[in-house]
Amino acid sequence: MSNKPLSPTHFVAPLEETPLVAIDAVNVGERKSNLWIDAWRDMRRRPMFWVSAVIILLVVVVALAPNLFTSVPPNSDCQLSNSNGAPTGEHILGFTKQGCDVFSRIVHGTSTSLSVGIIVTILTSVLGILFGAFAGFYGGWLDAVLSRAGDIFFSIPYILAAVVIMSVFSAYRNVFVISLAIGIFAWPSTARVLRAEILRVKQSDYVMAAQAVGVSNLKILMRHVLPNSIAPVIVVTTISLGAAIVAEATLSFLGVGLPNSTMSWGNDISAAQVDLRNAPQTLIYPSLALSITVLAFIMMGEVVRDALDPKARAQR
Amino acid sequence: MAGYILRRLLQAIPVLLGTTFLIYFMVFAMPGDPLLALFGDKTPNPALLERLRQEYHLDQPFIVQYFLYLGGIFRGDFGTSFSGEAVSDILARTFPVTIRLAILALIIEFVGGVLIGLYSGLRKGKLFDGTALIVSLVFISLPIFVIAFVGQYVFGIQLGWARTTVSTGAPIQDLILPAFVLASISLAQLIRLTRASVIETAGLDFVRTAYGKGLSRRRIIPVHILRNSLIPVVTYAATDFGVLLVGATVTEGIFNVPGVGRTLYQAIIRGEGPTVVSFVTVMVLIYLVVNLVVDLLYGLLDPRIRYVK
Repeated sequence: MSNKPLSPTHFVAPLEETPLVAIDAVNVGERKSNLWIDAWRDMRRRPMFWVSAVIILLVVVVALAPNLFTSVPPNSDCQLSNSNGAPTGEHILGFTKQGCDVFSRIVHGTSTSLSVGIIVTILTSVLGILFGAFAGFYGGWLDAVLSRAGDIFFSIPYILAAVVIMSVFSAYRNVFVISLAIGIFAWPSTARVLRAEILRVKQSDYVMAAQAVGVSNLKILMRHVLPNSIAPVIVVTTISLGAAIVAEATLSFLGVGLPNSTMSWGNDISAAQVDLRNAPQTLIYPSLALSITVLAFIMMGEVVRDALDPKARAQR
Repeated sequence: MAGYILRRLLQAIPVLLGTTFLIYFMVFAMPGDPLLALFGDKTPNPALLERLRQEYHLDQPFIVQYFLYLGGIFRGDFGTSFSGEAVSDILARTFPVTIRLAILALIIEFVGGVLIGLYSGLRKGKLFDGTALIVSLVFISLPIFVIAFVGQYVFGIQLGWARTTVSTGAPIQDLILPAFVLASISLAQLIRLTRASVIETAGLDFVRTAYGKGLSRRRIIPVHILRNSLIPVVTYAATDFGVLLVGATVTEGIFNVPGVGRTLYQAIIRGEGPTVVSFVTVMVLIYLVVNLVVDLLYGLLDPRIRYVK
């Protein structure tokens, strides 16, 4: 065997040794294609992808640099004489009950929601991938133990669990604790999706081939099985980022979320609920910001799912 | 069948133990001495403290305390609320209201989801379908309290069609708006699920055969397409009943529905930790039992499920 690398344009025999060039030289390499490239080709044609991408990008920029969008301080410049005031030229969305600028508070609250979303997503992905991958790949008693553990966490609705955790740790309410409270009970859905996918991928010929040539189990899992079963996890993760933002807002709304000193959309909505009749703007604008952000993540998840799943693509 | 029921019941035991253990452990890990908290600023008599410690088994190791608590749950003793009323008494009063609300929401969810989803699926790619897809996605991403407030504002304050809060006794007409709010997110999910299922069924060979035989659409749509699309839809709706029962906390709180959810909501708002924990435990148990019953009914209805491990 020559040590010259095989060119991708022929599979049967080297071109120079056979006259049947026309048959052998099937151009397989002309249009490169795999799951991710196909998915990207599909996604970039959809307006929903661009809409959600632009919103997500905007949310990230607002979270990182709130001062680019408003020069009004969210907390320090509040005047009670402006309480529940209507919009004015400089304060386009009006004032809260405390006389603070609604728009500025929304802008400065963005980073809270986004950080909770991101931390929860990292947490659920790490736990979900660890549990799901080991349970699905190794099977047997490990699967039984890990899956039953997942069942237990799955059986407690995660909002209720987070309510208990936040009530118990009422003295330590911050972004990390609330993310932990949400994430610690939200990971089983990721684990279940990954486990199911790994059970499917494990049956593939290339996994058997890798086993046949003596690749170690861990290496097969890391190099062959996991990369090929990660697609549904990405979908679940994108959607769960939105769900985590909703969970934070719900907990803050219930009063067991972040302390009032932390600026968060959930806190603002919670504070505004008593004034629904006479100052709906204080409630509606933070709710709108929250809903649009979550919608963007869920839309992105839908687009990614459709792109990665040919069956879903056919139903459009 | 008996084997299936037995297996399913046995499977429920570790989950039941695990969930109660987790919740109890979280409370046990709570910083601070619960007895000292009872006395507020005053320093209690050490002898009294000792007696209370024995009475509530706080001198026992964690695992003993857990089993005592578990034994209480089996006897229907979920502890007492902050106001001194037994949690089981509160449940007896509030649970019927929650069940009524959840059933109403389930009906709205199922009827609305199937009708809209079916129409959407049959008219795939048309304006109605596109609108239904986008509107349902918006509802899925809206937090329930936002939907509740918008519902309250539009139907209660602006249009005056419904009361913003439920009056005493929780009559059905007052529960309609809260039920719609409670059902909205699941309704949106069900529309999407029905639509996908209808599109899949409508593309199958037996539907084409039915058209080929010259059957009318009026027969094909309900008998061939709808009936065969309903399996995943009914599954979703059935498991969602548990979610509606325990997920009503925010909705019941906002609309002041006198159910279990509102009791939990008020305990959370007032920061009554132990009451919150008792009610969360109760709700998790309800959720587990409802899901268990749904699973058992499924085994009864669909023989395939009984044989799948």
